[in-house]
Amino acid sequence: MSTVLTAPPVETKTNYLNESYGIKSWLLTKDHKRIALLYLAAITFFFAVGGFFAVLIRLELITPAGDLMQPETYNKAFTMHGVMMIFFFLIPAVPAVLGNFLVPMMIGARDLAFPRINLLSWYIYMVGGVFTLYAMVAGGVDTGWTFYTPYSSTYSNTQVMATAIGIFILGFSSILTGLNFIVTIHKMRAPGLTWFRLPLFIWAHYATSVIQILGTPVVAIAIVLVGLERAFRIGIFDPKLGGDPILFQHLFWFYSHPAVYIMILPSMGVISELVTCFSRKKIFGYGFVAMSSVAIAVLGFLVWGHHMFVSGQSVYAGMVFSILSYLVAIPSAIKVFNWTATLYRGSISYQTPLLYALGFIGLFTIGGLTGLFLANLAVDVHLHDTYFVVGHFHYIMVGGAIMGYLGGLHFWWPKITGRLYPEGWARLSALVLFVGFNLTFFPQFILGYLGMPRRYHAYPEEFQVLNVMSSAGASILAVGYIIPMIYLIWSMRYGKPAPANPWGATGLEWQIPSPPPSYNFEKTPVVTEEPYVYSHEEAQVV
Amino acid sequence: MVTHIEPKRVYLAVFAALMVLTVLTVWVSYFDMGDLSIVVALAIAVTKATLVVLFFMHARHSPRLTKFVIAAGFCWLVILIGLTLSDYFTRTWLPLPQGW
Repeated sequence: MSTVLTAPPVETKTNYLNESYGIKSWLLTKDHKRIALLYLAAITFFFAVGGFFAVLIRLELITPAGDLMQPETYNKAFTMHGVMMIFFFLIPAVPAVLGNFLVPMMIGARDLAFPRINLLSWYIYMVGGVFTLYAMVAGGVDTGWTFYTPYSSTYSNTQVMATAIGIFILGFSSILTGLNFIVTIHKMRAPGLTWFRLPLFIWAHYATSVIQILGTPVVAIAIVLVGLERAFRIGIFDPKLGGDPILFQHLFWFYSHPAVYIMILPSMGVISELVTCFSRKKIFGYGFVAMSSVAIAVLGFLVWGHHMFVSGQSVYAGMVFSILSYLVAIPSAIKVFNWTATLYRGSISYQTPLLYALGFIGLFTIGGLTGLFLANLAVDVHLHDTYFVVGHFHYIMVGGAIMGYLGGLHFWWPKITGRLYPEGWARLSALVLFVGFNLTFFPQFILGYLGMPRRYHAYPEEFQVLNVMSSAGASILAVGYIIPMIYLIWSMRYGKPAPANPWGATGLEWQIPSPPPSYNFEKTPVVTEEPYVYSHEEAQVV
Repeated sequence: MVTHIEPKRVYLAVFAALMVLTVLTVWVSYFDMGDLSIVVALAIAVTKATLVVLFFMHARHSPRLTKFVIAAGFCWLVILIGLTLSDYFTRTWLPLPQGW
């Protein structure tokens, strides 16, 4: 990899990519930027694995009959799709790649607070990945990514243990990343960089880190308890042993609902950066956007019971969780309104990162509003466990989180690699992705409303047209992912050399060369003004 | 960062207190106090945990930020247990239909 990533010819100084060569210089690196690239390679691999299972699912669902896979195989396919995409791609995607690369640079630091722990987190991630891949090739697991008991603890005879161990180990990688970010943001800000001068990307990562630290241990404990019950018949979740299966759902969703915000909050931070840069305007309502990240992180912990309205949870608890769930809409709406207010009368240039940001705003709004349907107790009885839910969370996770990730990857690609990507291809692929995404997942709202349950490999014939549309959309979506993968790799060698600040953006990361030197800043920068000061003079830069 | 070093006798005293409380836990378990049994057992356990956090984990002389982080951790535990119990305590309010 290091041989491909050479510095642009105009840049004679050494940078983090050409400072040293060889496998060892990468695998033993303590540089946050190289660790970010290690993560980039790893999560791209797991994204491809998760994508492979998505292809299998959509192929099976082209026809009403279950003719491609056995029902058991189909169960394993959607389980592996969920496990890979959620735990190994979406949760680490923005924080571990863009966050690792940018958090120190944006606050004027030379590295994260604990560089060794940062490298350790990558190795822990890989060990967790190896366990889960082993589970996959040793027969797979069929519980769904949610591991609901008592099926996972008592009845399933697939590779539950290996997968559970993999995810348990992986959790520590997430905790360590969060810990590193919190300490770094508290202790290593450049002189003059007060809390309310921080870029919103940093606020979003701060909020994310809080969730990672407070939530992840709970899911780890829940998984250990499943393992203990499977191995030693200790009665925790199995009613026959005196346990309660719904307790697992409480413990699981206490983490896994906030985990949705681990996926979306960092992307929201990316969108705030993109919207201000490409509308040449200061963000509208900085304080509200910053605090809405913190509010989402806190409120996100109070809503988990909305996954359990029809599971046997008390209806009174359901009412409380339903009301609390509506509250999350407030900070989410603040963000969306403030982004649109920022765009209003801005000097907008439709570069690729902004296309992704606009895609995010639209798709996240649809995903968020359909979430309100599901937070409604009575409506959820009809929609629970249907394709409506599948459509809803894909709009948030794929339409939201991945759009933000790709937008951010394009925006900071010149900084990361020192090369520009081909703008025409990038705009085309953003468009293909948007079309493919909507064609894949919008029909699922209708399917779910009509009553098609999720997690079945066969369905009644009247659902076929919408399912074929969805599968066709998925193939377009796949093209939308493959094109950027090709041109981004191509640009690492053949792209035009990037200047230090190709977008004329504000922010400390743009004041250092592309790619940055190993320790980012020769001198510690001093910050004297608020973020996002885009004056008219600066607008001429691009 | 100011580091405060506790004298050894404080650690020994805390250790002794933990041992006494452990013996107390075992001792009270021989009495049937009905619903109070769990309350007493948990009260002793919480006291022990507090001692460990304050002295052995040095929270007593930590900076305010560290104390805030510890407090936040406990708040989240209260959320986890409190909202979970909001389910368990209210499940029987609405009786199941007859014939199930």
